[in-house]
Amino acid sequence: MPFSPDDLSAIWLTLKLATLTTALLLVLATPLAWWLARTTSRWRAPLGAVVTLPLVLPPTVLGFYLLVTLGPHGWIGQLTQFLGLGTLPFTFGGLLLASLIYSLPFAVQPLQNAFEAIGPRPLEVAATLRATPLDAFFTVVLPLSRRGFVTAGILTFAHTVGEFGVVLMIGGNIPDKTRVVSTQIYGHVEALAYTQAHWLAGSMVLFSFVVLLGLSLLNRRHTRVMP
Amino acid sequence: MPVSFRRLVQLATVATAGLSGLCQAAEVSVAVAANFTAPMQKIAVAFEQDTGHKAVLAFGSTGKFYAQIRNGAPFHLLLAADDETPAKLDKEGLTVPGSRFAYAIGTLVLWSAQAGLVDKQGQVLRTGHFERIALADPKLAPYGAAAVETLTRLGLLPTLQSRFVQGENIGQTYQFVATGNAALGFVALSQVMVDGRITRGSAWQIPADLHTPIRQDAVILSNAKDNAAAAALAAYLRSDKARAIIRAYGYAL
Repeated sequence: MPFSPDDLSAIWLTLKLATLTTALLLVLATPLAWWLARTTSRWRAPLGAVVTLPLVLPPTVLGFYLLVTLGPHGWIGQLTQFLGLGTLPFTFGGLLLASLIYSLPFAVQPLQNAFEAIGPRPLEVAATLRATPLDAFFTVVLPLSRRGFVTAGILTFAHTVGEFGVVLMIGGNIPDKTRVVSTQIYGHVEALAYTQAHWLAGSMVLFSFVVLLGLSLLNRRHTRVMP
Repeated sequence: MPVSFRRLVQLATVATAGLSGLCQAAEVSVAVAANFTAPMQKIAVAFEQDTGHKAVLAFGSTGKFYAQIRNGAPFHLLLAADDETPAKLDKEGLTVPGSRFAYAIGTLVLWSAQAGLVDKQGQVLRTGHFERIALADPKLAPYGAAAVETLTRLGLLPTLQSRFVQGENIGQTYQFVATGNAALGFVALSQVMVDGRITRGSAWQIPADLHTPIRQDAVILSNAKDNAAAAALAAYLRSDKARAIIRAYGYAL
């Protein structure tokens, strides 16, 4: 067996984290991306920049601020304690929140691009056919932006699987709760368990390659269908 | 104002002295165990003033440094958090033979940023209502291993294990406790001691008989064979001046 029980639990936890993050982000990012694609508000540029921030910030910056604001003396920490939820660092919920922030641009940007590509015309047509805006969104926008959703989902999932720095800073390396594949690999390498590190690290390389290959095949098929 | 001949000679003398100083001064790159961060920063300043050599410091976990050194990291001197790692490097022929010595004996402390949480007998471990207790990863950090040994001897490991949060090294463990994210944790006395006193929060100094002594060894690495600064720093660590700094941070010697 190339994977120890600890490794398997880390793999399972990583998949759980990435799946939940992807599902939640697709729901949360859709209205945000829609607004960014449509609005003429002067808040568009600043908000767009905020959404993109996690893409360029070092994970240590995110991890540091999360640790401080989610901790018992931080304002979010005070809020969660007031609500009886305790504090979030070192919990799965904390990792999930961190992943939502960390992967936000990977969900919003493909969606925003897809929505922008549709343009106002199909919606105007739908309106003349007496479709309510919500109707039009589900029957016109969603099918037309399917590729954007697939791209957003795959990128978010893959990016969350690859998360490391933030987890290291707010995770606390707890089995079954915050010990994900990337931190498990780090632990193996530091403990000089190179064989185990190779198995996990090699699996990550293979996984990432398959994801990117799939994404590029998907995009090519679409561009061929739509000349 | 015409520049006098004497003035020129003075300038030339100063310049030559400066240059020759530069030629003799060397740079030593040191891998320092995270628990020794604060004393080493002080020692490095004193070392540079006293010898003219320059010490470039990198802080981290001993386990990581070991892996990096085995894979060709350009460090000249290792100040480990244990005595096993330098011994292993010795055996693998990655050191200057005979250069190994103990530079400090570490002291483990149970510490909380909250005043009054940790009592002087450590009863808080049995009775305290805390959600999380931080320690360094026992697989990677000697202070973490000592913490687990202490809890095992006290018979508390089974009850407390589920509340563990592990720092990657003792520096991160301290940060978990200092930010209040863990109510208390096992850290190095050197991290909470300033000028011989614990100035913040509450602490229980773990009695030395509860765990194997944390003997911290230093060793000169083989790529520093001809580095004068590495030998100078190794000697400097054993000087009275350095020892006084080390003791002020709560290490035994």
